[in-house]
Amino acid sequence: MASILQSNLAALKRGPAALFIAVTIGMAVPAYAAEKTATPAQAETSQLPRIAPDASTFKLANGMEVVVIPDHRAPIVTHMVWYKIGAADDPAGKSGIAHFLEHLMFKGTKNHPAGEFSAKVSEVGGVENAFTTADSTAYFQTVAKEQLGMVMGFEADRMEGLQLTDAVVLPERDVILEERRMRTDNNPAAQLSEAMNAALFQNHPYGIPIIGWEHEMAGLTREDAVAQYERYYTPNNAILVVAGDVTADEVKKLAEDTYGKLPRRSEPAARKRPLEPQPLTERSLVLRDQRVSQPSWNQIYLAPSYVSGKPGEAEALDILADVIGSGATSRLYRSLVVEQAIASGAGAYYSGDGLDYGRLGFYATPRGDVPLDKLSAAVDAVLADVREHGITAEELALAKKRTRASTIYSQDSQSSLARIFGSAMVAGQSLSDVQDWARRIDAVTLSDVSQVAAKYLDKRRSVTGTLLPAPADGRS
Amino acid sequence: MMANLLARLGLAFVGLVMLAPASQAIEIQRVISPGGIEAWLVEDYAVPIVAVNFAFSGGTSQDPADRPGLANMLSGLLDEGAGDLDSKAFQAKLSDLSIGLSFDAGRDDFFGTLKTLAENKDEAFSMLALSLQKPRFDAEPIERIRAQIQVSINEAKKDPDSVASATIRATAYPGHPYAQPPEGTVESIAAISAEDLKNYRERIFARDNLKVAVVGAIDAKSVGAMLDQVFGPLPAKGKLTDIPDTVPKGGTAEVDMPNPQTVITFGGPGPRRDAPDFMAAFVANHILGGGTFSSRLYEEVRERRGLAYSVGTMMLPFRHSAAISGNTATRADRADETVELIKSEMARMAKDGPTDEELAKAKSFLTGSYALRFDSSSKIARQLLGIQLDDLGIDYINKRNDMVDAVTLDEVKQASQKYFTDGTSLIVRVGPQEKS
Repeated sequence: MASILQSNLAALKRGPAALFIAVTIGMAVPAYAAEKTATPAQAETSQLPRIAPDASTFKLANGMEVVVIPDHRAPIVTHMVWYKIGAADDPAGKSGIAHFLEHLMFKGTKNHPAGEFSAKVSEVGGVENAFTTADSTAYFQTVAKEQLGMVMGFEADRMEGLQLTDAVVLPERDVILEERRMRTDNNPAAQLSEAMNAALFQNHPYGIPIIGWEHEMAGLTREDAVAQYERYYTPNNAILVVAGDVTADEVKKLAEDTYGKLPRRSEPAARKRPLEPQPLTERSLVLRDQRVSQPSWNQIYLAPSYVSGKPGEAEALDILADVIGSGATSRLYRSLVVEQAIASGAGAYYSGDGLDYGRLGFYATPRGDVPLDKLSAAVDAVLADVREHGITAEELALAKKRTRASTIYSQDSQSSLARIFGSAMVAGQSLSDVQDWARRIDAVTLSDVSQVAAKYLDKRRSVTGTLLPAPADGRS
Repeated sequence: MMANLLARLGLAFVGLVMLAPASQAIEIQRVISPGGIEAWLVEDYAVPIVAVNFAFSGGTSQDPADRPGLANMLSGLLDEGAGDLDSKAFQAKLSDLSIGLSFDAGRDDFFGTLKTLAENKDEAFSMLALSLQKPRFDAEPIERIRAQIQVSINEAKKDPDSVASATIRATAYPGHPYAQPPEGTVESIAAISAEDLKNYRERIFARDNLKVAVVGAIDAKSVGAMLDQVFGPLPAKGKLTDIPDTVPKGGTAEVDMPNPQTVITFGGPGPRRDAPDFMAAFVANHILGGGTFSSRLYEEVRERRGLAYSVGTMMLPFRHSAAISGNTATRADRADETVELIKSEMARMAKDGPTDEELAKAKSFLTGSYALRFDSSSKIARQLLGIQLDDLGIDYINKRNDMVDAVTLDEVKQASQKYFTDGTSLIVRVGPQEKS
């Protein structure tokens, strides 16, 4: 919820972009059923919208899961394949291999030389891309609906026929190193974010950057990529999501003719990553860099995710983050930015789409030369108040109302629907879990919110990061 | 994580709406309100929402010379209290009704976007009307937004992409309003008063200066009423300052920044949107540096040599000047090699143009992908507004693909020669000066 409200309604105003959301693709955001508008009283409860109510799911004989999300407004489709393999599964010492393989998947197969798939997509006016998260790797194309069979054929082909040579692998390794420099090393705020994650996760691989540590990336080889591919790229480890101007029957037939012909190439075990010990220490990191011109303050708490939390916890955390820090009417913005006038921006977020953990985060940027410890104390006061007194009934009701609206807005984009379902289901949520998100949010009580606040807003679960300028020649 | 190339290119200049055609039938209605205000409407009830996108000609280029950043600051204050609602009350109402209301100062136009659930549209239109007609400009929000912009300006000072943009802007347009920083400077923002904000609003927000697009669950009659309610009370005529037409100057600049990567931004003159060879140049640009995974620059710089994660070029047809600009970022010790490679690819394109096959593929992509610009209400509204701003005509969507298809190899060769011969007349590098 937080994510949709922020992106669709620009509720953050001019606050700094939340530093840590970018790591993954964004969480469950709902679409809506074309129900007639009910009277307001009904709308609050019985008429809660379901996300993509016409969506359906089935399995191919080889174990590949398929999700179909009909949207007949335009004659186009978004086709995505999600593999249940992400950066948090990278072998020790090989950080970045999931993401490197994502790049190498564009380098050709025994049936289709490098570039042929992309050229074909481009020729029909399609767009394509791919991305890697901590828990998944996904490939997608958006094309005219007549081209769905074509992209399914190529995508199925590269699930089993990838061919790699050093001639393409080595320049691509330079590309991912440039990508790391561009995203992370050219940007002190991103470097701090990386260090905060590493500190937050003392044992779990979520502490390792998705793109990898530079020195390990530099040593990745063709053999590493092939091993990763052979082990995890198999239909029984993948989810196909098709959203757009199609029916489930059409997709089923095409899927059986393409992916359905692939054998199971391996049997990846259920993912069991090393878990976090009970966190005991409040951690604090400082990055001073001459490239910083604007100080800022961030704090992240270790939290459960939708999949790993107890029933209702993630929903309550979504509400909690929304009330504390989403938009110009939130507690943090009102208190720090408007009333005390000590911050130029402040907010909160909850990212709960991970397989093993979620993160509850807070951030603030000072106004003028206000010192960061003053901001930190002011955020503490807001959090302490929520811990002690919970949120109000009115805040809860308004947050639920915004959830309902966000589910309606989300149905305006078929590609974002495909991502919502794919990212939730690749982490183990069911189709109906996603469809009923607004209903689950609606079930959250004041007591649920108080409980998660008491349990998770515990400083011992937190890492605080401060970004500060440094003199040009100083190494302080 | 193979992010969209365009997301990165977009930072060089203000975003550009390049229009394109749809293969599906989109019925555009021209709505004229009882008060004589025009809007283009696409009625669509599949999703119960309404999107309203509009623009006043003006934007940051209308900032007074001693007040750069004024339009941008105004864009942050229109939703901070209006009429009887102070900032808190105004924001609370937007939030409670989940109304998305935002403003954005582009270089040539001042944009507004309203998004609402259909069931709340009357309240949403009232909020929009208040924000345009009766913004309060109370002291508290003025000081708060001022501080936010100053933080943003501070952050940009050491961001290599922002520094590259600012440097290329200053190099290309010395003495012209386009050289002014759109966000202003810390000093200019400090000087802006409520009076300045009011003056800008009164000069720019006028009915002869306005384009409106509406998409969603609403009929023409309701659109007409909305137009009169929201825009009717504005002055009939705006008072815009004349902006001289200009051509981007050449030049090179290097900025020292202790980063591992050097950001390279380059460019030269391009065709205006109404130039006869615009479409030929557009196709040529696609082949050289416009395609996501297919352009010559992508192939040479990234695929073959691994010099960069992202490289590309884009058309920038501003209203008073036009450019073609590109950027990339590479390891500092390979920056020279990368610049030389881009120059030689530019020169090769200028000399020989594309092959028949490249042209056919480019047309195929450009025509086939036009429909993807129309797959959500918000995107359709952006397209309808862009077509109006560029004065392309209400039937443009149906003609656009034919216009792309009609471009000949000779025309693309001529455009390539014309625009890419000086395609790197501007080069800005931001990175460490001591190369290892």
